[in-house]
Amino acid sequence: MKPAPFDYVAPATLDEAIGTLATAGDDAKVLAGGQSLIPMLALRLARPAVLVDINRVRGLDAIREASGMLEVGALVRQRALERWAAERVPLLAAALRAVAHPPIRNRGTVVGSVVHADPASELPALLLCLEGVVLARGPKGERMIPADRFYRAPLTTVLDPRELATAVRFTLPPTGAGWGFAEVSRRHGDFALVGAVAVLTRAPDGTVGRARLAFFGAGGTPVRGLAAERALEGRAPAAGLIAEAARAAAAGLSPDGDIHATAEYRRRVAATLAERTLTAALARCGDPQ
Amino acid sequence: MGAKYFGASVKRREDPRYLRGEGRFVDDIKLPGMLHAAFVRSPYAHARIAAIRADAAKRMPGVAHVFTFADLERWMKPLPLFGAVPPGLAARVQVTMRQIGQLAMCRAEARHVGEIVAMVLATSRALAEDAGERVEVDYEPLPVLSDVEAAARPDAPVLYPEWGDNVALSFRAGFGDVEGAFRRAEARVRERFVIPRYVGMPIETRGVVAQWDPRDGALTTWNGTQVVHFVQQGLVAALGLAPHKIRVIAPDVGGGFGTKANGYPEDLLVPAAAIAARRPVKWIEDRREHMMGSAHARAQVHDIEIAARRDGTMLAVRDRIWVDLGAYNSWGIVLPYNTVAHLLGPHRVPNLDVECRGVVTTKTPNAPYRGAGRPETVFAMDRIVDCLAVELGMDPAELRRRNYLGEADMPYELQIPYRDGNPLVYDSGDFRGGLEAALRAVGYDALRAEQARLREQGIHRGIGISSYVEGTAIGPYEGATVRLDASGHAVVATGACCQGQGHETSFAQIAADALGIPLEWVTVVGGDTAAIPFGVGTFASRSAVNAGSSIHEASGRVKDKLVAAAAALLEAAPADIEIADGLVSVRGAPASATPLAAVIRAAIPTFARPGVAAPDFEATVYHHQPTVTYTSATHVAVVDVDAGTGAVKLLRYLVSHDCGKVINPVIVEGQIHGGVAQGVGGGLLEEMVYDEQAQLLTGTFMDYLVPTAMELPAIETVHLEYPSPRNPLGMKGIGEGGAISPPAAIANAVEDALRPFGVRVTRTPLGPSVVLGLLEQAAARGGRPA
Amino acid sequence: MTRTIRVTVNGREHERTVEVRATLAEFLREDLDLTGTHVGCEHGVCGTCTVLLDGEPVRACLMLAVQADGGHVDTIEGLAPAEGLHPIQEAFWAKHGLQCGYCTPGIIMSTRAFLRERPEPSREEIREMLSGHLCRCTGYHFIVEAIEEAARAVAGGRRSS
Repeated sequence: MKPAPFDYVAPATLDEAIGTLATAGDDAKVLAGGQSLIPMLALRLARPAVLVDINRVRGLDAIREASGMLEVGALVRQRALERWAAERVPLLAAALRAVAHPPIRNRGTVVGSVVHADPASELPALLLCLEGVVLARGPKGERMIPADRFYRAPLTTVLDPRELATAVRFTLPPTGAGWGFAEVSRRHGDFALVGAVAVLTRAPDGTVGRARLAFFGAGGTPVRGLAAERALEGRAPAAGLIAEAARAAAAGLSPDGDIHATAEYRRRVAATLAERTLTAALARCGDPQ
Repeated sequence: MGAKYFGASVKRREDPRYLRGEGRFVDDIKLPGMLHAAFVRSPYAHARIAAIRADAAKRMPGVAHVFTFADLERWMKPLPLFGAVPPGLAARVQVTMRQIGQLAMCRAEARHVGEIVAMVLATSRALAEDAGERVEVDYEPLPVLSDVEAAARPDAPVLYPEWGDNVALSFRAGFGDVEGAFRRAEARVRERFVIPRYVGMPIETRGVVAQWDPRDGALTTWNGTQVVHFVQQGLVAALGLAPHKIRVIAPDVGGGFGTKANGYPEDLLVPAAAIAARRPVKWIEDRREHMMGSAHARAQVHDIEIAARRDGTMLAVRDRIWVDLGAYNSWGIVLPYNTVAHLLGPHRVPNLDVECRGVVTTKTPNAPYRGAGRPETVFAMDRIVDCLAVELGMDPAELRRRNYLGEADMPYELQIPYRDGNPLVYDSGDFRGGLEAALRAVGYDALRAEQARLREQGIHRGIGISSYVEGTAIGPYEGATVRLDASGHAVVATGACCQGQGHETSFAQIAADALGIPLEWVTVVGGDTAAIPFGVGTFASRSAVNAGSSIHEASGRVKDKLVAAAAALLEAAPADIEIADGLVSVRGAPASATPLAAVIRAAIPTFARPGVAAPDFEATVYHHQPTVTYTSATHVAVVDVDAGTGAVKLLRYLVSHDCGKVINPVIVEGQIHGGVAQGVGGGLLEEMVYDEQAQLLTGTFMDYLVPTAMELPAIETVHLEYPSPRNPLGMKGIGEGGAISPPAAIANAVEDALRPFGVRVTRTPLGPSVVLGLLEQAAARGGRPA
Repeated sequence: MTRTIRVTVNGREHERTVEVRATLAEFLREDLDLTGTHVGCEHGVCGTCTVLLDGEPVRACLMLAVQADGGHVDTIEGLAPAEGLHPIQEAFWAKHGLQCGYCTPGIIMSTRAFLRERPEPSREEIREMLSGHLCRCTGYHFIVEAIEEAARAVAGGRRSS
């Protein structure tokens, strides 16, 4: 189980990296954390002609928080963000702890996971829930792609092969917002069979202010639970309403079945987890954390 | 003989080298000029191989050879077959059996995904894999057999035309009047249970290194096997060399679990390639190869029926068993008959009728894996016992209590023979006592009360029980040579091979006690055909009893020789000679204490004098073990089931067990833990999944799910001790037991947790999607919706 | 395609020319003969090949050797003093935290980093950390106990030094 041969370049600057990608195009793969790419190389499921290792590129490893936004550079390891978030953004920390295991998170990058676009992974859904954007640079310059327009299909995004995702930005939940995160996986650290992530705020009158819900493992891409969000916003949050909103959101899903779970399972449990995460989020509303 | 070490939790003597990273596994062996092998394997479950073109591959960088069947044909004898029907069994059970030996490489037909079609040798594994991709094979797909029952139908395509059908093995066994018992019974329950394919999955894959020495005409091969002498015998048959010209060494081996006790194509192909290439060859199985090329296991279907009186007294059991053998029937009677012989386990059942059929399919061959037929049969039996409890409205523990055999019933004969052809007689134990011990330790009554309380809060807790009685330590023998060196230190050589069970410690404990020397003076050598000419190997929970008994007896004989020499040297009667801690002394005369080395030195002739005795401090014993000893256990699992997601959380797992006299308690404990973990894997996570085209869907560790520390609780144990009368030290085997009951105990616990919904669990693994499906089925049948 | 890299392994700097497709695990085992790092799956699941890179546990099969250029790698061979064992190794020995020993080096390297970050871990934290490693022999029970014991020993060592 050895990778097929490839060429290897390790650019030292962003321009160099973009230049290499521009030349190699479809034949190149970007190597950041490598925790998804290297297994695919070993299994010869991916056979790039050239690997562009961006780990030596300077300036991509910053975590920046400013005006309610969190920017995470392309070389920020999942473990680094997990440590940063532990005391600041418990939702982020909870989601990151569900990503594989520490040795994987020590190498795996946040941006890499977002861009790899495995529909069962946590971070793309988190980006969607937190209305994030992907910052990409290519030969034509830089662009910002909102999360809800980023994903096209399993392992497929709108990113051009000549573009490099340099960072992602999350909109941090406002003070007093509540959050919920839940997934079912076969084992701790496995890709989720299905999962949900929710953020809620409450208006001074007690009604739901903003509701955000996203699913993973529930379709070919991460999916936003818009039906639930609409059903909840501006309404007084009773238990029955949350269950109804969760069911409405799950009803729009078209998950796939595989050897670990049927499509029907995913649809049904998506509703359960939506209800649980929204309920948890509601319960946490007003918490200082 | 004083037992200074036997029974003590001595720290393992092999551990420091493992802890320091100084173990030597097959992949750690490097030889000058060594080539690396990669195999081209069939992507089809069943195909005719019309043509192979290797020219492009041979031109690839670093490639030394590409071999197909034709290139190695002179060595391509069928691989060894196991599991012939012994005469004692044939006399009482009519077995129809057909076996054809697998060829190490496909000649013209591939019969499962992963079967070897060609072999590439190159200067590195990566280059060999590159070239393997360039070997062009024309496959003509043939009909596949993906389902065991469909494969047995008269209209199924036939895998071996000379057989006429795919049923490789069938027999019927039993006793009593089953028809009559069912007619008279007050309660009858019937169900179909499916035990999926799941496997040993050692963390070290298999590997073979071979070196041919043209000077001596001798072959040395390092093989991560549990059975060096079997591998040697296979090579003798295929290569036509004398056994002493073939040395098979199993160095440190990273887990076996039965998977490495099978005979494999690579055992022959790597040595044959080393001879053909005149260079050392290494092949290390990668994980993907392991998934498709190493033996699979389990894979049975049981249609089982039980008859009882309303008071719970069991009257009869009837079972119709299908065994999915995979593409070859290499193991004959072993798995099917183990299944039948262990069906009743601890229960007193006066009437039994079992029909068993083994069928070939186009999947990876099935071979014994930790438990070998017993986890399957215990799953069927303990599930149907729980179904009977529901039918009778009786607590499942109470139903078992009323039917388990007790100490007063021993020895207890079941009216069918054991697999070795000898009468099936439980030698010792107390199965009812073991059950009670487990129930007490787990706090059964309190658990039931808590369960009722939690149910009212919507928490679904379940308690599941499963017990087994296991024939362990199958013979017929394992040998040992015990030899002292000039310092009085001992080398113990045995045919038993170690894959982590701690032989270097346990066997040394036996030898040190019997010789009267410190433990540190003993070196145990296993897994090397040069160390002892005849051997069987390590599997079937057999090494402590078989090898341990030989080591004990051989050490005793060496001690006798020492005593004779010491008596001559010290001018005392042999009866007055004592040996302890490496010192010889005359009873009652502590001043006479003489180091063993001095006695041995006195036996070696000098120019000045002959020796006081022959300097022959060596003995070889091949302890004969005609039949098995019976280990028993009761397992209790406690689970919570999330009815919203189907997720099962294993909260507690308790084992009460008897394995006779114990050499090293902590090692025994570790064996139980490891077995339980594998059984929990089978219950909750593990399955080799094939699609209708017999394509393997679980090709990586991302699909085949081995339990982690998060899926397992602490494992609680209760130790009971009923010595076996069948060997000098009273031991029984313990290697496999832990793995037998967990699937049944967990399935019983899950069904118990979901009892209010009317769920019936009929197969494993119980992943969340399966469990939610069960709840939906139950609701569709009119049960309470979750 | 090859590249020349410089890697400090167990405190010693090595310069080697490696195939760019070679993993760090291959480099350690084949080029440096450090065969204490074992390989169990080559696709990052089993954790057997775990080593420390700049002090943090990583899968040596999920990293190319060229990526370790300029880095500091610690393997099992560098843990124990020339004589005797490291307290973590002692704890695994005392608690029967290993059977076949194949997965052991990876688990010990993870434990070393883990105990630096969590000197007094709970059982649940130990199990969560351990879940990145597959062991097929022990059922993990005695490994958990070994890590608890190791935490005590390491903490004791720190206090006394």
